[in-house]
Amino acid sequence: MDSSAAENKPLISVENVSFSYGYGLVLLDITLPIHEGDFLSIIGPNGSGKTTLLKIILGLLKPTRGRVRIMGKDLEEFADWPKIGYIPQKATHFDPLFPASAKEVVAMALGPSRLLSRGTRRREESAIRHALQVVGMEEFRNRRIGRLSGGQQQRIFIARAIVNGPRILFLDEPTTGVDAETQGYFYDLLDRLNTQEGITIVLVTHDIGIVDKHISQVACLNQRLVYHGSHGEFCRSDTFKDILAGGHLVSHRH
Amino acid sequence: MDAFFTYGFLQRALLAGIFIAVACAVLGVFLLLRKDAMIGHGLSHITFAGVALGLFLHMMPLAVALAFSVLASLGIMKLKESAGLYGDTAIAIVSSLGMALGIILATLSQNFGVALLNYLFGEILAIEPVEVWLSMALAAVVVVLVVGNYRKFMFLTFDRESARVSGIRVRRLDTLITILASVTIVLGMKVVGILLVSALIVIPAAAGLQLASNFKAAIVLSCGVGLVSVIVGLALAFVLDLPASGMIVLVGFLLFGLFFLLRKGKT
Repeated sequence: MDSSAAENKPLISVENVSFSYGYGLVLLDITLPIHEGDFLSIIGPNGSGKTTLLKIILGLLKPTRGRVRIMGKDLEEFADWPKIGYIPQKATHFDPLFPASAKEVVAMALGPSRLLSRGTRRREESAIRHALQVVGMEEFRNRRIGRLSGGQQQRIFIARAIVNGPRILFLDEPTTGVDAETQGYFYDLLDRLNTQEGITIVLVTHDIGIVDKHISQVACLNQRLVYHGSHGEFCRSDTFKDILAGGHLVSHRH
Repeated sequence: MDAFFTYGFLQRALLAGIFIAVACAVLGVFLLLRKDAMIGHGLSHITFAGVALGLFLHMMPLAVALAFSVLASLGIMKLKESAGLYGDTAIAIVSSLGMALGIILATLSQNFGVALLNYLFGEILAIEPVEVWLSMALAAVVVVLVVGNYRKFMFLTFDRESARVSGIRVRRLDTLITILASVTIVLGMKVVGILLVSALIVIPAAAGLQLASNFKAAIVLSCGVGLVSVIVGLALAFVLDLPASGMIVLVGFLLFGLFFLLRKGKT
């Protein structure tokens, strides 16, 4: 992590977070700052607590210990949720017959429809159009969501996640079951969101091999935070060598 | 047509029927997509106990049934969440309890056989003017609340977790939709009776979902089927001198069949 970024207040800070289910420990003492403009990949094997950490950051699970601050506020006090975009792991596991067009799926995130105000409606229309353009799906706006391919559906969910102009976007295993070509497109899209739209990206993946060129930061999780630093350093780190050698992740000091 | 202008009871039935049909049809789409179609069935049974209690206490059965149904719906919600019961078990338990209480109350007072039968099988043609106004007002409230929150309801139904992260208070909306369902059931009971009221919620929505390619279309088609069922059903009942409740549901079912065949033809 470069020193100037470290001086900035993080957009999100995870502070000494531990989490356990009834049967055992999932996360132990995680401290992880996420800064504005980061393209952070949280990696780790299955069961390493990545999704749990994400859910704690998003307020879906309560940590057993520690706390999370978003944009300087404690999670409980934070209310500006439209500034947070989220695509859950099972986003594409919806009822395939659900009668919503791609456009309606994007509009879901816009809050109550204000039928009376023409100005608001026009603003909403242009926000939807922009979001669909960014993900290259404008021509499919009226297609029923269940009739799109998995990769296209995922792009619609990204459009929904960015329609309110969020500062940060969380994605949980977004490329599972998507072919390599679509995956490439997907990472380019995330890179564009990161560099052109200025959205901080946090990407969770179990596929340790996915350390794409666009990713700036890597957090490697295995119950503890095994590694956190720049992508370049990660590739030279012992953790990465362990992974390449097929060894298990061992705990290194952060 | 002349009959409509001559007979006040027919006008009242049609007016109340139209409002209630729209409320049922709008809410039905959400309940079906939430896989909550059976809640209508369960709540209608508990409503039976409410009606029996109202008749027993000589209070307005519609009002007592309303209170009963709202409380029961919240009870079902709590049971589903916290009691660790499988799927529809909560609904089955609460609805059996409703029927049991209804039967006991009915037997205890002995003198309301016909009135109770009217609630069981529906007698929209006997609807009182005050009930018409109450039904219209409640139906309007249901429609306004559902339409006003429809994006949130849609989001919640489609992807609960993302909806929660987007700041939607999912529990509050769950409670709202459950209460609206119970109000709608009680209203529908007036039109087609306790035994058929879930049809008024399920059939139009199921028909609409056959052909809809987007959410607005599903709601509009569902309302259309509900309206045509009530209007044509009432007219046929009057002309053929048959029970209105049965005719309304029958017309609804025929429309569902037609929509089903049209969808099959399309694919």
